[in-house]
Amino acid sequence: MSQTIVPDAALPVAPAKLPSPVRTGLSRAALETRMFFRERDAVIFTFSFPIILLVIFGSIFADDLEGTGLNVSQLYVAGLIGSAAMTGFQNLGIGIAMDRDDGTLKRLAGTPMPPAAYFVGKALNTLLISFVQVVILLAIGVALFELELPAEVSTWLTFAWVFVLGVFGSSLLGIAVSSLPRSGKSASAVIAMPFVVLQFISGVFIPISQLPEWLVRIASFFPLKWMCQGFRSVFLGEAGATLELAESYELDRVALVLGAWVIGGLVLCLTTFRWKSRRDG
Amino acid sequence: MTTAVKVRGLTKRYGDVQAVGGIDLDIKAGEVFAILGPNGAGKSTTVEILEGYRRRDAGEVSVLGTDPGRPTREWRSRVGVVLQTADDVAEATVRETVRHFAGYYPAAMDPDQVIEQVGLTDKADKRIRELSGGQRRRVDVALGVIGGPELLFLDEPTTGFDPEARRQFWELIGNMAHQGTTIVLTTHYLDEAEALADRVAVIAKGRIVAEGEPATLGGRATAKATVRWAGGSLETDTPTETVLELTRRFDGEIPELTVTRPSLEEIYLRLIEG
Repeated sequence: MSQTIVPDAALPVAPAKLPSPVRTGLSRAALETRMFFRERDAVIFTFSFPIILLVIFGSIFADDLEGTGLNVSQLYVAGLIGSAAMTGFQNLGIGIAMDRDDGTLKRLAGTPMPPAAYFVGKALNTLLISFVQVVILLAIGVALFELELPAEVSTWLTFAWVFVLGVFGSSLLGIAVSSLPRSGKSASAVIAMPFVVLQFISGVFIPISQLPEWLVRIASFFPLKWMCQGFRSVFLGEAGATLELAESYELDRVALVLGAWVIGGLVLCLTTFRWKSRRDG
Repeated sequence: MTTAVKVRGLTKRYGDVQAVGGIDLDIKAGEVFAILGPNGAGKSTTVEILEGYRRRDAGEVSVLGTDPGRPTREWRSRVGVVLQTADDVAEATVRETVRHFAGYYPAAMDPDQVIEQVGLTDKADKRIRELSGGQRRRVDVALGVIGGPELLFLDEPTTGFDPEARRQFWELIGNMAHQGTTIVLTTHYLDEAEALADRVAVIAKGRIVAEGEPATLGGRATAKATVRWAGGSLETDTPTETVLELTRRFDGEIPELTVTRPSLEEIYLRLIEG
C-alpha cells in the first residue's frame, strides 16, 4: 500500500493507439468462455440437457417412418441440433440481462472498450457452446440411434451455413430480448418460457406435420422452424423430404428467413439495446 | 493550474423531479474534490453526467476538455470510473480481470503493479467471488486506475468498509492524488471528505449550498467556539479569554476542559437542512 502509482508511459509523446475492436473482442471471448466453463453446474446442465432429451425422446419414439427407411429418433437428432444451435437465444437473453443487472455492462460502458467487442465476445462464446453441443448430439445419434453422417461435402456446406446463420440469427434475437426482463433474477423465467414454446411449435419435439396449420404459421416467423428444416435436410436426406409439409426442404426459403433474422436481429439490437438497468433509469 | 472539470448551469429533470437545478463547478487538475449531499440530492446524477453515463437537460459541461455528453473512446481512456456497486466477473480471478481490463487501454499500467498498489497481491489468483466486500472494492479501484487515468471518479468508495480498511483505502487514494491524478469523489462520510479532499461541495435539493476547503466550509473556522469544563459550558467568539478567566477561577488546571469548533458534520447538517 505504501508504493505509489506511476503510469507506464509517464510522458506520452504521441497519443498511444487504442486497441482494435477485433483484438478486444477476442479477449472478451476468451474471458467469457473461461468464466462459462468455471461455473461447473451450469456447464453440466447446458451440455447434458439436449443429450438427456435426445436419449429419452429417441428411446420412447423409435418407430419407423413409413416408406422412408428412417426412424423417429433420427428426426429428434435433427430437431435437437436445431435447438442446440438456438442455445444462444436463451444463453444471451438470460446472460445479458444478468450482465445488465450485476454491473458488468455499466462498468464496461465506462471504459474505452468498443461496444462491438462485447458482442463479438458473446457471439464467439455462443458459437463455441453450440458447436460442442452439436458434436455431442451427433456422436450420440450415431452411437445409439443409427444416424448416418452425410458423406458429401456439399451437404456439410449446407450444415455449415444453416448452423452459422442459425446461431447468429438466434443470438441476435437473444440479445434483443435481453432487454425485456425487468431484472437479472426474472430473466430465466421470462426467456425460458418462449424458448420452450418455440421448440414445441417448430418441430423439435413434435414432427411439424402433426401440428395444426395456424401453429406452423406462427412458428414460420421464427428462425427455429427453419433451422430444424435445414438440419433435417442434412441428416435425413432426400428420403425424408416426403415428410415435409411442402414435400421439399425449401433450402432457399431457409436461407432467406435465417438471413432476414440476422439482419433484422442486428437492427433490433442496435435500436433497442440498453447498457443500463431499469434501476439506473 | 488547468481546469479538469468545468460545469456551468447544469440541469437535469426526471419527470416532475428537478434532480439537478443549476450547478456550477470548477475542479482544478491535480485536486481531490469531494461532493457531499444526502441521498436524492442530485449528487449521483451530477457525477454520472460528468462520467458520460447520463445526458443533461441544459448547461455547459467540460471534462478534460471534452463534452461528456459525447464520450469518445480516446476520452474514456483518460477517465477512470469506480462505480457504487457491482457484482460482475465473479468467476474470474483478480489477476485475470485486471489484465483483461488493461487490454482496453492504449497505455495501461502494469497489472501486477496495480494489484500490489491496491493491496491484493496475495489474493491475485483468487476468484473475485471469493473476496470480501472490502477486497472487492479494491478490485473496483484497480479496474478504475488500470488505464492510468488523468481523472478518477470514485462513487461512495468506502461504503461498508471497516475502519482499518477505510484508513488503508484513504492512504491509497492519497498516494494517487500525490502522483497528480485528479480525483472526484462522492461520499456520505464527513471524516472521509475531511481526510482526503482539498475542496468540498455540498449539494442539497439539486443545488450547491456550500463550497470550499473542509476546514473553512460554511464559515466553520470563524464560527463560535464552545468551551466546556466540569460544571459549565459557554459559546463564545473569544475562547482564549474564557479559558484565561477559567484558569484564574480554578486557580490553575481547569477540570475536563475542551474547546471545540463545530465539526464538519454539524456544519454539513446545518447546510442540508437550511
